[in-house]
Amino acid sequence: MSGGTRLENANPLIFQRSGERLLTATDEDEDVADPIDDREIFDILSKSINDPEHPLSLEELNVVEQMRVNVNDRESMVSVEFTPTIPHCSMATLIGLSIKVKLLRSLPDRFKIDVHITPGTHASEDAVNKQLADKERVAAALENSQLLEVVNQCLSTRTM
Amino acid sequence: MAADNSVLLGLVEEFVSGQVDSKAAETSTGVKNGQFTILQLVEALGVSLSSSQPQTRGRGVQLLSQVLQECYSSLSEREVEVLLAFYENRLKDHYVIIPHVLQGLKALTKCSVLPPGSAVSVLKSIFQDIHVQSLMLAERSCVYNILISLMESKEEELKGLGADFIFGFVQSVDGERDPRNLLLAFQVARNIIQRGYDLGKFVEELFEVMSCYFPIDFSPPPSDPRGITQEELVLSLRAVLTGTSQFAEFLLPLIIEKLDSDIQSAKVDSLQTLAACGLTYSHKELAEFLPGLWSSIRREVSQTASERVESAGLSALSALVSCLSRSVLNSDSEDVLQVFLSLVLKDCQHHLCEPDLKLVWPSAKLLQAAAGASYRASLIVSAAIIPALLEQYNNRTQCAHRRTLLEVLQGFVQPTALSRPADGEDSVLVAFQQSLCGVVFSALTESSAGLQVTATRVLSALGQQPGLMAQTDVEKAVDHLSRLILEEDDPKLSSAVVECSGSLAHLHPKAFISRLIPRLKEEILSGQSDAAVRQRCVTALASVSSLPSVVQESAPVLLQVLASAHTGSCGFSVEEVAAVCISLQKIAEHARDSEEIGRFFHDIIIPHLLGLCLQAALQTRDAGHSSPLTDKAVLSAVVPVMSTACAALRSESASRMAAQAVSLFLDGDVSFLPENAFPSKIQLLQSQAESGGLSQLVCLLMACVCSLPRSVEIPEIDRLLLQLEDLSCTCTHLFSFTSAAKCFAGLVNKRPAGEALDAVLERVMKRISVELENTSSAQRTQAFTLLLWLFALLSDPALGSQAADGFGVLMSDCLDVLNRGCHADVRIMYRQRFFAENSTKLVQGFNSAEQEKKSCYLKALSHIVSNLPRQVQLTELPALLPLLLEALSCADQAVQLSTLSCLQPVLLEPPEALRNQLEALFSRLLALTTSPAMKVRIASLQCVHALSRLPEHTVLPFRARVLKALAVPLDDKKRLVRKEAVAARAEWFLLGSPGGR
Repeated sequence: MSGGTRLENANPLIFQRSGERLLTATDEDEDVADPIDDREIFDILSKSINDPEHPLSLEELNVVEQMRVNVNDRESMVSVEFTPTIPHCSMATLIGLSIKVKLLRSLPDRFKIDVHITPGTHASEDAVNKQLADKERVAAALENSQLLEVVNQCLSTRTM
Repeated sequence: MAADNSVLLGLVEEFVSGQVDSKAAETSTGVKNGQFTILQLVEALGVSLSSSQPQTRGRGVQLLSQVLQECYSSLSEREVEVLLAFYENRLKDHYVIIPHVLQGLKALTKCSVLPPGSAVSVLKSIFQDIHVQSLMLAERSCVYNILISLMESKEEELKGLGADFIFGFVQSVDGERDPRNLLLAFQVARNIIQRGYDLGKFVEELFEVMSCYFPIDFSPPPSDPRGITQEELVLSLRAVLTGTSQFAEFLLPLIIEKLDSDIQSAKVDSLQTLAACGLTYSHKELAEFLPGLWSSIRREVSQTASERVESAGLSALSALVSCLSRSVLNSDSEDVLQVFLSLVLKDCQHHLCEPDLKLVWPSAKLLQAAAGASYRASLIVSAAIIPALLEQYNNRTQCAHRRTLLEVLQGFVQPTALSRPADGEDSVLVAFQQSLCGVVFSALTESSAGLQVTATRVLSALGQQPGLMAQTDVEKAVDHLSRLILEEDDPKLSSAVVECSGSLAHLHPKAFISRLIPRLKEEILSGQSDAAVRQRCVTALASVSSLPSVVQESAPVLLQVLASAHTGSCGFSVEEVAAVCISLQKIAEHARDSEEIGRFFHDIIIPHLLGLCLQAALQTRDAGHSSPLTDKAVLSAVVPVMSTACAALRSESASRMAAQAVSLFLDGDVSFLPENAFPSKIQLLQSQAESGGLSQLVCLLMACVCSLPRSVEIPEIDRLLLQLEDLSCTCTHLFSFTSAAKCFAGLVNKRPAGEALDAVLERVMKRISVELENTSSAQRTQAFTLLLWLFALLSDPALGSQAADGFGVLMSDCLDVLNRGCHADVRIMYRQRFFAENSTKLVQGFNSAEQEKKSCYLKALSHIVSNLPRQVQLTELPALLPLLLEALSCADQAVQLSTLSCLQPVLLEPPEALRNQLEALFSRLLALTTSPAMKVRIASLQCVHALSRLPEHTVLPFRARVLKALAVPLDDKKRLVRKEAVAARAEWFLLGSPGGR
């Protein structure tokens, strides 16, 4: 982030991070199968994706909430709603794309992944949702090396 | 003489016309030996020095310079004067001669007998006749070296040159590019600044010529023999730039400009340089730039993603404020500190009123950095901030807001080293003492655990400053803490409460003795509360006991708990009793610092513990009623209590302890135990046929005697050793014979080497080789011979894997006996030597073994390797790598796991040898990601993750394969495996992709 550039939202609301998922005895039991659940997907998204503008995770900005993540392991369905920090956020498509890519990389092939904006929280909600739902356009976007670079930056773990 | 002359002439001739370089060394040896003088040499050189051929003249000067470099220290002042005059004159000569002239001058300036005035004339001619930057690298370095040595020896003369010297230096440095020369040039500049040379009107020129390198961006070539680092250059340049306040008017705008840079290292460097300025500048230099500097710092701290930038920014601000705090107030001018801080407050304060927005924390940190810079600053900032924060706290009702506010407050309550009040000054918080305590107490009664945790932290910070808590406040705080211990079951909160009680008890022991301990005691012994509450009480008792006066109250309570567990009155479970012992051990650890606690343990606690255990054992034998104190788990918890306390005993009480313990166990002497109600003749070291019973108490003997200092004489040691040996070989009860063997090992370890020791060992070895069944006697540092026997076992199919585990025992630090805490004689490099002596045998054994027995060898090897220190692992790895890879494909899951666990840390910094094995490594690791054992899957995925950090070009070829293979564990049935798979796969996706790594 260069010093001179203006941020779209310089002082966003930040939210408390939820703690680590507690380890239970069944987690360590070899014989019990743990289904993929909401919390697991939420953990994947919240801890490892950074906002393009701020050095904050999507959870701290409340862009992703656990209650807006729905997983059905048996039917292999994942649906994620995300909430941009401000209604005119120009980064909404990028955030959605990052979430989608993260899920594609982290989930088994059998899952159908649906990412969209929480209804009523963004000015051009439909347009963004349409872009994110279009497989061809997502694939094309990832062919674009500049776009891929930005997405990868969002997905890099914080090491600076 | 004449012969010498002809020799010299011959040497000169061969050097100058014959181009034989080695003759220079011979000539200088001659001069050093006194065979020829410098004068003779010059005479002999006469023809070549005045030749019309520049090459010949060059050769002549070169010979003279090389000789001077060797013998400059033996020259007389007169000779130096003449030679200097000659060399100065030669500076005007042909360019091929100049390098040699400079070498000669460099040697001459190192002379201790430089004639007066020579320094000035040398410098004048250098500055006049030479254009330094058109010389080669080595010659430029010569010039800087001449400057450095003249500055060392002729400081006064050079200062007499005044600004001319500065000008000459500026001219000769301007445009320097080589890092080696830059280091020299920075050194000259630093000398100029620090030794008070008059910069005259060349301040700006000197600054310009130095500051053009700022901020330094230098990455050394990979095979740099000189090993100059960016760090070195940065630090020496910083010393120059911040060395004088005369540079302030140029440097500060430059810093402000560089802070706008996009490069992170430039920002950090600028901020650190600014912080360094704070030490040398006064408020006069800073005043003009303060608003600009402040807005840059504020922007960096609030917008950065990097912790380095943030901490550099905060320390720069702190340095600025402490610089301003040093300024002396004039009656007519306004207080600069006040002005600056009001600017800071104006920009930051309002953010503190929005506790859920992002800028709260950066603003709070800035204010805390400013407040922490000096006592005066903390007064000004606290006066403005603390009332505002307290008011905010009272107005807000949401717990999350209150917690943020309290966390911010905590930063202001804790004084830093600089802002600590001096003697006679009150803490800055005195004025707010009442309301602060009020807020903390109200937060302690809130329902949110996070808020309460923060409140306990603020409470400890308040308690640690004198005068901030009145007696009644302390009592109130103790009451709150005991209530929290009894009522709150959140693990984070209770650990915070326990920690806070510990720190407060250190300063206010009386309140804890009179209020907290009785209350907890009542709760534990009432028999009505549930196990979790009792557990918290016990932990709290342990943490408050750091002073002798508190220990004398709290430790007896714990003993009482053990006693009532023994009688079975309160229904304590075995785990609880073991937890009580752990708490006692924590208290015993303080005996190391306080002799009084040690004595208390020696006089009261240990005899009582021994008595209780003995009673329990006797009762079990006679009545069949089983007390928790006979349980193996409890006894193993009692052992560290005693050994920790005994390890801290001073010599006199230590020998008393040894005598008492030995007579108890050998002769059944129970006189020192309390409540003397034991049968007079008890035999503790006899192996009874029944299951353990009394014989397992031998672990207590081990606890007492094995941890005493080595200087303490153990009475009747030979009889004791014999009995222990008998017990360990004949007893059938596992815990008893293991403890006996450990005790034996501990005693043997402490004996001085000599015949007696050898005899004992020999006897034991004989016995062991007869009675092979007792593998646990392997616990001995002197077990090298035993090892051969272990080798024999490795090929025995039945005992093979047990023997392999024996290696694990040998290599790991034993918690009970053989560690440094118990004064054991741990020889340095023991593990390395063990490894060196045995790994080859293991490898040989492996190669010659039959297929099904190989796994035993691999297991032994992986045990050894995983216990080795990292440095050794790295150096030994190349040789062992093939075997370890073999071990990965071995079917035994334990072997796989221990190999993976020793590979993983190695992979983080992979040695060169690994590069050639990547193919094999990948195929084995990826195969293991679908292993039936969950731990193996996790460990192998971690290894695959670690491999993604290898240099890109080495692992990129595997990317597609890894990504494909890692898709499988993404659908693993265990969540923990999936988590590792997701993390590893994400890193591999980023590898070699734009914007990735």
